[in-house]
Amino acid sequence: MTSEGLELKNQIQQLTRQAEKLSTPDIRDHIVEQLYKKSNNLMKEGVTFTNAKMDERTEKLDAILTSRIWGFPIMLIMLGAIFYLTIAGANIPSSMLANFFGWMEGYITIAFSYFQAPDWLHGVLVLGLYRGTTWVISVMLPPMAIFFPVFALLENYGYLPRVAFNMDRLFKSVGAHGKQSLTMAMGFGCNAAAVISSRIIESPRERMLSILTNNFVPCNGRWGTLIVLASLFMATGFTGGMQTLVTTLVVVGLVMFGIFVTFIVSWTLSKTALRGVPTHYTLELPPYRKPKLFDTVIRASLTKSISVLNRAVKVAAPAAILTWIIANIQIGDTSILMHIVSFLNPLGQAIGLDGFILMAFLIGLPANEIVLPVLLMGYLSTGALVDVDSIQDLKQIFLTNGWTWLTALNMMLFSLLHYPCGTTLVNIYKETKSLKWTFWSFVIPTGIAFFVTWLVTEFVHYMRLLS
Amino acid sequence: MNGSKILKLFDANIGDAVRITHLDINGVMRRRLLDLGFVPGAIVKVLRKSPLGDPIAFRVSQTTIALRKEESTKIEGELVSYE
Amino acid sequence: MNDNLRIALAGNPNTGKSTLFNLLTGLKQHTGNWAGKTVDLMAGTFTFKGISYEMIDLPGTYSLFSNSKDEEVARDYIVFEKPDITLVVLDATALERNLNLALQVMEITEKVVICINLIDESEKMGISINEKILMKRLGVPVIKISARNKIGIPMLLDTIDRLIKGNIPCNPYKMTYDEETEMKIEQLIPFVQNITGEQLSARWLSLRLIDGDKSLLKEIEQRLAKKDAI
Repeated sequence: MTSEGLELKNQIQQLTRQAEKLSTPDIRDHIVEQLYKKSNNLMKEGVTFTNAKMDERTEKLDAILTSRIWGFPIMLIMLGAIFYLTIAGANIPSSMLANFFGWMEGYITIAFSYFQAPDWLHGVLVLGLYRGTTWVISVMLPPMAIFFPVFALLENYGYLPRVAFNMDRLFKSVGAHGKQSLTMAMGFGCNAAAVISSRIIESPRERMLSILTNNFVPCNGRWGTLIVLASLFMATGFTGGMQTLVTTLVVVGLVMFGIFVTFIVSWTLSKTALRGVPTHYTLELPPYRKPKLFDTVIRASLTKSISVLNRAVKVAAPAAILTWIIANIQIGDTSILMHIVSFLNPLGQAIGLDGFILMAFLIGLPANEIVLPVLLMGYLSTGALVDVDSIQDLKQIFLTNGWTWLTALNMMLFSLLHYPCGTTLVNIYKETKSLKWTFWSFVIPTGIAFFVTWLVTEFVHYMRLLS
Repeated sequence: MNGSKILKLFDANIGDAVRITHLDINGVMRRRLLDLGFVPGAIVKVLRKSPLGDPIAFRVSQTTIALRKEESTKIEGELVSYE
Repeated sequence: MNDNLRIALAGNPNTGKSTLFNLLTGLKQHTGNWAGKTVDLMAGTFTFKGISYEMIDLPGTYSLFSNSKDEEVARDYIVFEKPDITLVVLDATALERNLNLALQVMEITEKVVICINLIDESEKMGISINEKILMKRLGVPVIKISARNKIGIPMLLDTIDRLIKGNIPCNPYKMTYDEETEMKIEQLIPFVQNITGEQLSARWLSLRLIDGDKSLLKEIEQRLAKKDAI
């Protein structure tokens, strides 16, 4: 150490000693008391209350929204209503986008053959890059553009703190913090952002719980997968509004299951590795404030759309190219992709999935958005089907590859429960500064995902529910 | 009922107003409570309980703050008015 | 870094801070990563009267006493990154508690603008605020606004502009505490000045140290060891 550094160290030690000598435990009380006294004086001088009344609207609304009888039912209904709106509203724009991109693809292909571009180039750029990216956009963009504005309205209105208020007792009973419901709500948008937002939880133990379990809330990138699979496989036999309703119920059911797992994991962790008493709970319930409808909606849908597009280009594009390449480079007489698929297949079958699906989740580590597109590219590379014109055609691809409702259910469960995406893992490391906990944040969900899907598969086979 | 009944915030009824006399909490939580306005001398009104009975929402320093049982049993004050 | 003037936006949670942030910066927002920290803060830019500003949305906090990570982030930004102006957003309907934070900010930094938000709500509730008196007592500009209904924004921008150009005075009121605390502060100031010189408010730092804030000293030590200017 340089002499300069040494001197600094000395000076700081001296200062620390001096400060410790002067410091007394009750000094904070004095400081805050005097700050309040000053504020109070300022208030007396500068503020007058004429007929000062409390915010009656907030009072009345709270009496309903946090009431013993209505508090929980209203929460559930709100959750369901948002999902219903999202699913019902996203259907048409999604298929319109898919049709549009499909129509464009025709022209792009013509252009490629006009310039006599080699097949591999067309493969990489059109069948890989273009298809992958546009699939992500048409499946992800419309739900996001509906879900987030609606959610932002609720948020700006001030409803979310009430959810935290209602739910706190449940969180407390598993050793977690009521504000975890806020970070979970954030997780619907993006787990990576939610991990950062867990800073609102002051106590480190409960903060860690919320970080480790946030992944059980399906994020933006998994929405599309859940909605598509639910509507294709769970809502069969229903049409129109009924179909949307059934899809909604399935998705809400999955979300509830995710919350259930969150509670189980929180409870287990706070009995074991993260033992300790629940601490530091304060929650502000701000007055309800009518949000600016137009501003909120525009802002939320614009920023979300931009971020979806951004991710589509940044992550989906390279992943799509990668998938195409490994699907088309042969080692021996099969492609790299098929080697990976056959390797993963036994494991996949054991949990009611297959090698393709596990491969898609692996390549999807950087971002969940690309799991479904990569899966489709994998299936298509086997040459079973060549053309996908609409989302309904997807079902045919799945069926040709041996899917049943069980496969769909397990894929949804796996998607809901498996490891967090790459960005989230990076953020978990940044926030916890602990490789150990980052490692567990990967292992715990993955373990649960395998276990649950295995259990479901065994159960269904045992009960002979698949006829 | 006498005018200067000392009680814990947790035991106050909905609608009661309590002047804080003492916080039996130390460390970070004490600091947080102080920041929020739970300072000795401040008047706190009990607003409502959450659907499962805990936490309880209080009106303090013109804002609504919810506290868990663990904290509200450690804040004492005298009852100044009740409904 | 660019040469934009930096405005840090501080305030309690739920004061409409982000409404103001969104209103001023529109869609020109990005996540800024600042010196040596892994913490991302939202930042946005806007231009007024030919001057470009970068506005940094600090986490909403009840105080700057470093009870939580958010509070530390907000405090560290104001203390070490030294924004050109710290804009404190107060909730007009809960002014007492909000003024607390303003008083704390004014202990740290010299260029402070206070804007009292939600002024329309508070008037509905029968609260009338005399900002001239507050301005006189606090020694900094106090502007009443409603970010939601876009009231008082030109006035706020104009004030910022004039403050930057040195056309209005800004002498933030500095809290004085009880005799005992003041005496302790006096005792500690020379030790602090030895280390940090004139770079930080020695008075404020002394107060924080007497209050037992150890994380602050660590932060300073790290910054000095790296030969960063603080």
